[in-house]
Amino acid sequence: MEKIVCVLCPMGCKIKYNAVDGKIVAVEGNRCPKGLSYLEEELKEPKRIVPTSVKVVNGELPLASVKTSKPIPKRLIPKFMELVKQVQIEAPVKVGDVIMKNVLDTGADVVATRSVRRISSA
Amino acid sequence: MSAAIAAAKKNLKVVIAERDEITGGILNQCIHNGFGLHYFKEELTGPEYAERFRDQLSRYADSIEVLTDCHVLRLNRNKKALLVSPKNVFELEAKVVVYAAGARERPFGSLMIPGDRPSGIFTAGVAQRLMNIDNRKVGRRALIVGSGDIGMIMARRLTLEGIEVVGVVERLPYPGGLLRNVIQCLKDFNIPLYLSSTVVEVKGRERLEEVIVASVDEQFRPIPNTEKSFKVDTLVLSVGLIPQVEMLNGLVSLDKRTRGIACSNTGQSSNEWIFAAGNCTAIFDLVDYVTKEGERAGEYASRYVNGERFSLGIPIVPGENVMLTFPNYYNDIDDLTLYLRCKKPMEKAVLKVGGFEKTFEDLIPSEMIVVKIPKQKLSNLDRIEVKLEEV
Amino acid sequence: MRIAVIGAGVVGSLIARELCKYDVEVLLIEKNLDVGWGVTKANSAILHAGYDDPIGSTRARFCSVGNAMFTELSRELDFEIKRIGSYVLAFKDEETAVLHKLLVQGEKNNVPDLTIHDRETILSREPMINPQVKMGLWAPTAGITEPWMVAIAAVENALENGLRLFLNEEVVDFEKREGRIINVITNKQVHRVDVVINAAGLFADEIAKLAGAEYVPLHPRKGQYILLDKKLGNTVRSIIFPTPTEKSKGILVLPTIDGGLLLGPTAEDLPSDRKSDLTTTNEGIQSVKNFALRLVPEIDFSLVVKTFAGLRPESPQKDFFIGKSEIVPNFVNAMAMRSPGLTAAPAIAKYIVEEVLQQQVGLNLTTKKDFKPTRKGIKKYAELSLEEWQKAVKENPSAGRMICFCNEVTEAEIVEAIRRGARTLDGVKFRTRAMFGRCQGGFCMSKILKILERELGRDASQIVLKSPNSWVVDGKVRE
Repeated sequence: MEKIVCVLCPMGCKIKYNAVDGKIVAVEGNRCPKGLSYLEEELKEPKRIVPTSVKVVNGELPLASVKTSKPIPKRLIPKFMELVKQVQIEAPVKVGDVIMKNVLDTGADVVATRSVRRISSA
Repeated sequence: MSAAIAAAKKNLKVVIAERDEITGGILNQCIHNGFGLHYFKEELTGPEYAERFRDQLSRYADSIEVLTDCHVLRLNRNKKALLVSPKNVFELEAKVVVYAAGARERPFGSLMIPGDRPSGIFTAGVAQRLMNIDNRKVGRRALIVGSGDIGMIMARRLTLEGIEVVGVVERLPYPGGLLRNVIQCLKDFNIPLYLSSTVVEVKGRERLEEVIVASVDEQFRPIPNTEKSFKVDTLVLSVGLIPQVEMLNGLVSLDKRTRGIACSNTGQSSNEWIFAAGNCTAIFDLVDYVTKEGERAGEYASRYVNGERFSLGIPIVPGENVMLTFPNYYNDIDDLTLYLRCKKPMEKAVLKVGGFEKTFEDLIPSEMIVVKIPKQKLSNLDRIEVKLEEV
Repeated sequence: MRIAVIGAGVVGSLIARELCKYDVEVLLIEKNLDVGWGVTKANSAILHAGYDDPIGSTRARFCSVGNAMFTELSRELDFEIKRIGSYVLAFKDEETAVLHKLLVQGEKNNVPDLTIHDRETILSREPMINPQVKMGLWAPTAGITEPWMVAIAAVENALENGLRLFLNEEVVDFEKREGRIINVITNKQVHRVDVVINAAGLFADEIAKLAGAEYVPLHPRKGQYILLDKKLGNTVRSIIFPTPTEKSKGILVLPTIDGGLLLGPTAEDLPSDRKSDLTTTNEGIQSVKNFALRLVPEIDFSLVVKTFAGLRPESPQKDFFIGKSEIVPNFVNAMAMRSPGLTAAPAIAKYIVEEVLQQQVGLNLTTKKDFKPTRKGIKKYAELSLEEWQKAVKENPSAGRMICFCNEVTEAEIVEAIRRGARTLDGVKFRTRAMFGRCQGGFCMSKILKILERELGRDASQIVLKSPNSWVVDGKVRE
């Protein structure tokens, strides 16, 4: 049986399953029905939250760590990274600042996960 | 930070000495998700988690003085600490000390791997700091050693930034970290995981050029004629964390198994005015656990300052199938939150601690087990043995 | 009068400094990016007492004299030595006979205060020694030092006294006229010279061959070492030798100058085309472990900090080859500096300048009136008193910013190291001991890289570990 870990809540149920032609034929290990729908989503269109960094201009640090506000389709990750590499944000940056809205039409934003102060001379 | 906040809540004056330029410790460079699921019931990245506590610190700014860029060089038996910072060098006398200096990474040199000594060999934490804070790529083509969570997370990080990761090498016959990371860091990116393998040679006069990997037996000894060559310019090692205890040399006792500071469930060490929490006591999996232990240490440290005295309690010892346990002593002042690691993977085992029993499934050494044991289950004992009986 | 010294190891650096005491122009040419990075950098760091050198050999001539000179030299140049003494231990009856031979040889070589100690005395001074020891030869003048620091300090002092230093420059040929060298040709330029002194370590035979002078063939003798954590620094108080064999002094157990424990070296003779083979091997390291455990049975190998290898230049004669060439009248050799090369270095430098150059080559050297003999090392702020440190931080805040926590090195010291010539990570490491500690740069390397970037005005991708192609980081993650 294949294994995945459901990440929807801290339980982190290890779900074992068998799939034939993308259809689930056997499941065990999920402690609630959300796990089953997570598994179905995983098989249909796996999604991931992507943590990465964005260039900061005039900041005390050169980078601000960011993440997507929700999981985005795994297949879009390479394109997503291309976009992220082009972005520059001006300091100051605060946790939660929206850096990119609705990236690649996924409904997910890219938000800052750390603060970066502006350098005093700027 | 959580210790300081707990103490401030009890109206103590607290000084936090942090040797980095910012509070938060290693969290600042852990830009990935997975923090706070237990503590905040939310999934946060490391910097976000640290920020939450920084916010709380500022709320108690009247009680908590935060000194960053400030290194505690020495601590002596008279409770005097020498603090060194660009602003000043001075002595501070404490009524109580909470030590939360974390762990350091096992360096490449200690592995005694034969070959050259080129540039391009990094421990995972250094690679992480260079990439996430300093904005530098560590190389062009990398091999990762150690499939613990940090090794796998760096495999993904490097790949996302355009560095080719040719594989992850693990000497155990199973991955060292969470299954979730095997999926999201390795499988997602088709990075091969070489189990039961180890690095047997590094080559490169100036910069790393080649790494030779061989398969190993159950005693981790390389098997002849199984060598594989990887032409990489970067080696990232995640081969163990060592509790940083050297500053307290001679002041506190250490636990032989964890190699960290031996503590009671109050967070108190063998020296009554020194409390400890976090990776300097035992290596923890989740920052959520470390936060709780920090709070505990801060709280009992405050009670100590206010005149309460605690005994260390009865020893807690690892028994059958248990590699290590924390805390190391139990004082029945409260229930016991016990952390332990099993010695080997077990499909099903019963944890037995005093009068407490609980069944667990799918146990692996790299995933800490945490249980809260009511004190009634631990009465009338002169020592607590922690066993995992395989079913 | 222009004199070129080839090789800035401990021997070449001390010769260059000695020459700077006179009114001559001194050039020191070194092929590595920094001084002392050849043989000087990876050896046992021992100041040998001198009982191990055959009577009448060149080694014997310079070892105990050089050993004694280190007291004054370490004061003048402000580097550390510790005269912790050494034991040669005998575990078998045949070995005790060797100890007595060494005692006699040592006395003939003017080694002071050699005594034979019995088992009880040895174990009372060194309780960790294998209790099967029978007796030991005790030599109180033996000591330890920081060999690369001797070269660094000598060069700093020489620079203050007019030395011209050429790093990252390799001698590729000589131009002669009427049998005398007139030009030293390197991969960067041509230097017109009057005298050449060959202190080129492992490559000295090749240099002599290029000059058409006499030489002894050199092959590298590899020594592998294990370095352990300072927690084991008190395992032994003095240098512990086994009874030597025909081949070598054996694998030792000794403290390092900064409080660690060093085991080694092996003695593996390699062919002469492997002069850059600094690899450690499983067999070698295993051998170090096994032999060390014979001397000190309890060593916790979970506390290993690193393993490394060094190469010594060995000749068939097993002795130094020092002197003026008979074929090329203005060429002087100081080669085959195998053990005890480090110990003998100050005595050799004096001999070369006072006797070889002035008497044999016939140079008329006048002493400089304004020679500055002392050099101050980089101030270690962690060794100051509280008041002194406070004052220093008020004037220079970076004296209060700790960069290397394991060895207590501040930013001010690192900046000073760069000011004094460090251009690479190793350059900072060898001048300050940063990155030398138990975390091996885990916490401080990224900070030191940034400091180098700032002080040198160079991008981090241009900063190397030790040699031109040992780049540390690539480009930026985000441009």
